[in-house]
Formats: sequence, C-alpha cells, structure tokens
Amino acid sequence: MRTGRTVPTLTPAMIAIWLAFATVPLWIEKVGLYQYLGVEILIFATYALAYNLVLGHSGLPSFGHGAFFGLGAYGFGLAQLNLVPDLWFCLAAAVVVASVGGALVAAFISHRRGIYYSLLTIAFGQVFWFIAIKSHAITGGEDGLLKIARLPARFGVATFDLTHNISLFYFVLAIFVVVSLLLWRLVHSPFGRILKAIKQNETRARFVGYDVWRFKAAVLVLSAGLSGLAGGLFAMAQSSAFPDVMSLHYSGYIVMMTLVGGGLVTFWGPVLGAIVFLLARDVIGAVTTGWMLWFGLLFVALVIHKPEGLGGMFIRPARPAPADAKK
Amino acid sequence: MALFEAHQLHLRFGDRVVLEDVSLAFEAGRLSGIMGPNGAGKTTCFNVLTGRYRPDRGRVMFDGADITGRSPQAIARLGIARSFQLMNLFDEFTVFENVAIALPQTRRRGADPIGQAYGDATVVEEAHELLDTVGLGARADHIAKALPYGERRALEIAVALASRPKLLFLDEPTAGLGSDGRARLAELVRRLKGQVTLVVIEHDMEFLFSLADTISVIHWGQVIARGSPDELRTNPWVKNSNLGKLA
Ligand SMILES: Nc1ncnc2c1ncn2[C@@H]1O[C@H](COP(=O)(O)OP(=O)(O)O)[C@@H](O)[C@H]1O
Ligand SMILES: [Mg+2]
Repeated sequence: MRTGRTVPTLTPAMIAIWLAFATVPLWIEKVGLYQYLGVEILIFATYALAYNLVLGHSGLPSFGHGAFFGLGAYGFGLAQLNLVPDLWFCLAAAVVVASVGGALVAAFISHRRGIYYSLLTIAFGQVFWFIAIKSHAITGGEDGLLKIARLPARFGVATFDLTHNISLFYFVLAIFVVVSLLLWRLVHSPFGRILKAIKQNETRARFVGYDVWRFKAAVLVLSAGLSGLAGGLFAMAQSSAFPDVMSLHYSGYIVMMTLVGGGLVTFWGPVLGAIVFLLARDVIGAVTTGWMLWFGLLFVALVIHKPEGLGGMFIRPARPAPADAKK
Repeated sequence: MALFEAHQLHLRFGDRVVLEDVSLAFEAGRLSGIMGPNGAGKTTCFNVLTGRYRPDRGRVMFDGADITGRSPQAIARLGIARSFQLMNLFDEFTVFENVAIALPQTRRRGADPIGQAYGDATVVEEAHELLDTVGLGARADHIAKALPYGERRALEIAVALASRPKLLFLDEPTAGLGSDGRARLAELVRRLKGQVTLVVIEHDMEFLFSLADTISVIHWGQVIARGSPDELRTNPWVKNSNLGKLA
C-alpha cells in the first residue's frame, strides 16, 4: 500500500463482477448450461473467498477447510429439521456451528506454522469427516441428511420463495455481495494489514509487539464461519447434506480453486477459480468421466507457466526496483 | 538500579553451553556496546534479553520488573525494540508500510476489521518523521525487498524505532556495509543517542569505541571484560586480541 492511501469500499471491478453475475440467469441456459450451476458457482465463490482469507491473505496453509463447510451444511440442516425452520435462524446456525469448529481447531494450531500447521488442519479435517460419517443417528452417516427444505426468505413485510433456482440464485448473489464487500474491507483494515504482515514475517510481527497467535486464531474462526455460511447455502441448494464435502478430497478442491484463480495475488482470484473449476467439471465432465485427470493436467500446466494463477493476468506487476537503487 | 539488567544468565543448546553466568547492566540514556568474536554468544544473548529464548537460569529485569521468560511481543510492548543481524523486514510491504504497521497506533487498532488500515491521522505523519530520521524519506513508496542493502539496514532500524521504544537493541547494524554506509549509520546512531537507551553489538571497533559509554566483551559465552572505551583500550585481553587492533 502506498503512503497512507485510503482504499475505496466500492471499486469498479467489484461492481462489474456483481453486475456480471446478476445477468447470469438471463443467458446461462442459452449457452447450454443450467440455472443450478450458477447457484453452485456462487456458493463456491463465496466459500473460496472465505478460504482465501486464510490461505492468500494470511499465508496459513489450511488443508482441512471442508470440515467448516460441512459443519455449516449440517448446522443448517439440523437446525431446520430439529429446531426452527426459519431461513435466518438456520443460516446463523450454520455460521455459529462452523465458527465453533474453527475455534476448536484454532485453539490447537494457532501457535504452529508452515508444514505443522498444514498437517494439523488435515488431521482435524479428517476427525470432523470421520465423526460426520460415524454419527449415523445425527448426520445420517453416509446416507446423508435428507429433506432439507429451501426455506423462504422473510424480510419483514415481504417473503421470497427460494424453491426455484433463479430466485435462489439471486438470494445467494445477495449473500455473495455482502460477504465479498465485508472481506474486501477486512483485507484493507488494520486487522487485515496485520494479517498480511504476519504472513510475510511472523517473527518480525512478534518483535514489534503483535500477539501473532491471536490474529491467526481470529482469522481462522472468521474464515470457518463464512465457509460454514457457504456450506449452509449448499445444503439448502441441494436440499441435503453429505459427509463427502468434509473429505480431504473436497478440501483439496477449494485449495485448487483458490490457487488456479490466483488467490495469492488478487482478491477476486478465488471467484475466478470457482468459475473455472465448476465449468471444467461440467464441460470436460460431459465428455469424459475422468475430468479430474484433465483438470489436474491443466493445474500442472498452470503452476508451471503461470504460478500466480489466472488472476495474475489481470494485475500489473509489482513496482520495479527503483532505478537509482542499483548504485 | 539500571534501566535493564541481566543476572547470571545461563543457556545451553543441547550439551553446548552458549551463555554462562552472563550479567549485564544498561543505564538509561546511555549507549552500551557489546563486542566479541563470531560465535561468542552475542546474538543469543540478545535473543534471551528480548524474549526469543528463555534462559535455563538467571533473571532479566527491565525498569524494576522481572521479565524473564516473557514472550517477545509482551517485551516489545513494554518498550523494548530490536533490530536483527540477519535482516527481518516485511519484504512485500512498502517502506512506509513497514514502519506504519509497527506504530503503536496501528497496533491499538488491530482488532478493527473494517476501518482504513492507516486511517489514524498521526500514522502517515509519524511514519514519515521516522523515515526522515533514518534517511529514507524519499523511499516511502518503494517495496522493501527492492531496496539496496544499506537502506534495508536503515529501514530495519526505523521499524524498531516505530514502536517508540525506551530501549533499543541493535545487532551488528553496520554488518555488510561499506565505509560510506558505516559513516551514515554511525551518524544515525549518534543522533539516536540520548533520545533512546541503546545497546549495540558491533564488530567495527572504531564505530563502537567512538560511540559507546561502556563496552562489554563477550567470549565463549562469558563476559570477560567491561568498562569505558578508555579502560578497555588498556585491557590486556582487548590489547592482545585482534579486536583491540584499533584501540
Ligand atoms: N538456535 C540455536 N541452536 C543451536 N545453537 C545455536 C543456536 N543459535 C546459536 N547457536 C550457537 O551458539 C553460539 C553463539 O552464537 P551467536 O549468539 O549467534 O554468536 P555471535 O552473535 O556472538 O556471533 C554459536 O556457536 C552458534 O552456533
Ligand atoms: Mg551475531
């Protein structure tokens, strides 16, 4: 960041992205795709943005984030089936359950760095996944939690039915707008800049007085909560919740989306990554069941030729060394 | 009682004794020098004094309080800052941001997740003041890792100064600098002297003997001599060792 420059809350790129998404239901079927794919893309874009708070913005290599997405999905489903079938209540439940899961993990890993941090996130991810499969009475085990309803969105006087994919799409878009706006502000806030400082040099950050572990714990809880929100929306979208989203496999997908899109170098990279990933799944998947093989090869090619990810094509290179600095 | 005191510090790495019965005292407002050959334990001593390592035995006292074993961040917040022998900057940040992030105002707003990062009106002003102090005023918008070596050294000191320390530890601030750079750094340290209590590890004898009020010599993890520069000039050990060449 240049000297004391303030960062605008709304940017042209941000508004362009929101508007572009808003047009999707108008043409998505005309290009041979289907409305539900738009919903899925927005949910994973939200999830990827939340995940990138940890990976890209804080440099914390979490490889077990599926656990939080899954906790959100189950939180939403269980709250609806056992407590109160109200949309806002169930989404709040998704956020709270995932945040509590995040806090639990954070308590164990916030003093760790690098590979140890990664290994612990994987281990915890596996624990949550295992519990989801084994607690048959609560989660339905591998059969999943079924009959989750797409609850109507009540705004005081008005109520919107979300059973159709197009209305659900606009509801998810509204949440995506709010989440991306919040994250954009957060990344450019004092809290966000400190995260970035910790990412670059944890030791230095401690020696200028920062309780580094508190920041690492806070950002994990936040990211887990928002991932849980995405998970809750996903449970609603597919009217069910399954343990597979918590598997190491799925945790790997979100890492891939984020990296492919360029989450390490640009704020919107994860959104691009989610679009590319899900389109590849459908487009390549229509031709061959081994779509992951081809996507994997694409990923390899990308890492070799454009290691910063696709988003790297849209940003100017970092300021070059000052010419007179070479003396 | 001195502002900062270390009493009988012992530290081992495995079966290697790195600090043995090290006692030091740094008076407020003074510049205390530490010298000694490579591998003597000087940096390790700083690491114990600033909370990076906990000593096996001994006590560290600051301003009358026992701070032994406290975390680096807790010690930093008491008003103790340090620079590093191997440079330790926020490489991707601009020069301005390296200093701004270390200012207490930024730290106090650390829990603010939506405000402007350096929105506190005093941040820009104070960061520039500090950069001017170390001669980097014109470099504010450059990325730290793109700076030439000597300027990175200066930035290292600016970051340490940003926390408004009462006591500043500098670990070989002139390491790797040419004679120009050394002269500039000596000038900077001379200006800081009196404003902040300084403890400086230095190999450059000319630098140390001209600036320090007192000097301690560390060898094999022990303090083998201490005194004013004049006293040390006549110290037989300093005379005999190559460290005393300039004296
Ligand atoms: N983290 C560590 N683990 C093991 N040995 C160390 C460590 N840090 C320093 N040492 C050893 O302690 C001794 C003193 O090192 P150091 O304090 O860096 O010396 P100086 O700064 O005086 O050159 C050296 O022999 C070094 O190899
Ligand atoms: Mg050293």
